[in-house]
Amino acid sequence: MSLLSIRDLVTEFESPSGTARAVDGVSFDVAPGEIFGIVGESGCGKSATCRSILRLFGGAPARIAGGRILLDGAGDLAAMRERELAQVRGRDVAFIFQDPLTALNPTMRIGRQIGEVIRRHRDVTRAEARDAALQLLRDVHVTSPERRLDAYPHELSGGLRQRVVIAMALALRPRLIIADEPTTALDVTVQDQILRLLKERCDSLGTSIILITHDLGVVSQICDRMAVMYAGRVVETGAVREVLDAPSHPYTRALLAALPGQVGRDSELVPIGGAPPSLIDPPPGCRFAPRCVFAQPQCRIGAPPALRARAGAGEGHLDACILNEVCHAAA
Amino acid sequence: MILAILKRLLMLVPVLIGITVISFLLLQIMPGDPASRAMGTRASAEELQAMRELWGLDKPIWVQYLYFLRDCLTGSFGVSIFHKKPIIDLVAERLPFTLAIVGYSTVIALVIALPFAILAAANRGRMLDNLIRQIFVVVIAMPPFWLCYVLIIWLALRMGWFSTGGIGDGFVANLGRLFLPSLVVGLSTAALVQQSLRAALIDTMKADYIDTARAKGLRGHEVFLRHVLPNSLISTISIIGVRVSWIIGGTVVVEKIFSVPGLGSLLIDAIVSRDLPVIRGLTVFFAIMVVIVNLITDICYALADPRVRLE
Repeated sequence: MSLLSIRDLVTEFESPSGTARAVDGVSFDVAPGEIFGIVGESGCGKSATCRSILRLFGGAPARIAGGRILLDGAGDLAAMRERELAQVRGRDVAFIFQDPLTALNPTMRIGRQIGEVIRRHRDVTRAEARDAALQLLRDVHVTSPERRLDAYPHELSGGLRQRVVIAMALALRPRLIIADEPTTALDVTVQDQILRLLKERCDSLGTSIILITHDLGVVSQICDRMAVMYAGRVVETGAVREVLDAPSHPYTRALLAALPGQVGRDSELVPIGGAPPSLIDPPPGCRFAPRCVFAQPQCRIGAPPALRARAGAGEGHLDACILNEVCHAAA
Repeated sequence: MILAILKRLLMLVPVLIGITVISFLLLQIMPGDPASRAMGTRASAEELQAMRELWGLDKPIWVQYLYFLRDCLTGSFGVSIFHKKPIIDLVAERLPFTLAIVGYSTVIALVIALPFAILAAANRGRMLDNLIRQIFVVVIAMPPFWLCYVLIIWLALRMGWFSTGGIGDGFVANLGRLFLPSLVVGLSTAALVQQSLRAALIDTMKADYIDTARAKGLRGHEVFLRHVLPNSLISTISIIGVRVSWIIGGTVVVEKIFSVPGLGSLLIDAIVSRDLPVIRGLTVFFAIMVVIVNLITDICYALADPRVRLE
């Protein structure tokens, strides 16, 4: 039984030059307690997919145009009205944003910002919410937490701020946390601490995480399963070990080849030529075909290929390439 | 905080010395003899001379300046030639009405601007937003003297809801009497506040922390009242500050038309009657007010935004 199951999700953004399908038929499942990684280059739709789950588009003109987002016990989030969805936000599903500096209200004290989510969903007094916030700060190992409660965000370092954001997300012990590149804005030395903290806290609470990142190293360190996205679609998904050790989609392979300092590889980097296609008017067939070194004429016609299991692949390891291993090897 | 305020007040001293020098010198250039103004055209040469000596007009310029500086320091700001009273007394009689217009018009401005800014920001880019913008552009473009007469003819004479001018006795009476002049002044403030607040609201609504607030499950009105509005209003503080320091000395036309005995009409009367000490004293007084209003604005800013420090 999966906790979250996304089926054929389509999310569109209105822009002056037309409607862009940032998410175009994405499906995946997240099991309870699992850490699910989504990787892909900028603009591939990984953020848009996750923002669709809670319908948080930062004021951008976006809408869910199709598909279902089934949360165990809550129903289809995509079909919910704003009012019902507000009950789910923060209580069942929490969100951690990329930049902890801008993710906190600059004019509100930390304690009140954490207490706010508790008071929204639980019937507690101001003092009780404050005590709970204090405990939450202790849980995420914030030093001298009593003092931090009355601090403003600008008085804290980037790492501390992200700890506060994590404390806020964990406040009601949600079943799922969506973390949108939670360490990208942080110093390299702090990144590792924050990731380990997130994993430790979620492990102890049994919380699932959807981790969005473009760092394959992070995925291999802490994720159980993963999806690789390209131009609004999932091109490969499966257990992290399967996908990273035996990638079967040309895009995943190209991504790994473009990675510096991979163990067991020669040090030469192979960049992916070309640029991702337009999401307003994508090319027919496989979206990666124009940049793919294996591409055949049949790759460039028809609907984008669906995810399918390859003979001999591990359980749940799917990819969206119509070519077989012989073609991949031949090129 | 208090130390920073004291420091700021101390920094006023050189500014004020500069202001006294400039306002003194400017009036030396102004044509017209205050003595003959005060005595009338039929005064004899001896009488005029006596008058000049009495007012110190026969002394060298730098001595006159020192007299003026002494008057400023003792708080009288000089003595009016026309009213034969210390200028500070004249100011004290009229300041309440000016401050009433300042406060009243600001309240009116906020009452008008707030809902329209919110409405425009919530419907940005749509018809309603454009319509509101056009209306406020017209409001800004309307000359105050014209607006005064339109309001007098329409609301005072035709509808009979308000008096055509003058001041009343007591707070409640003046609430009605000062409504129209405050409305004229307040409309311009409203237009400025509406434009800037609309932009600030739209900016804030895009901020990441608004998504954070929504991710907590807060409902629309909670997000708006606790996160969007307070952060947007910060930029409005400085606009109101600038407007207030302008209104204190700048409502001459409105005060004249509605016969409100405020500081603006005192200044105009003084200019017409060549009442040099009053013009000079008022100039310095206005400058002090501007500096004080700026300080208050900065204090409000620092209180509203914890990232800002008063230095």
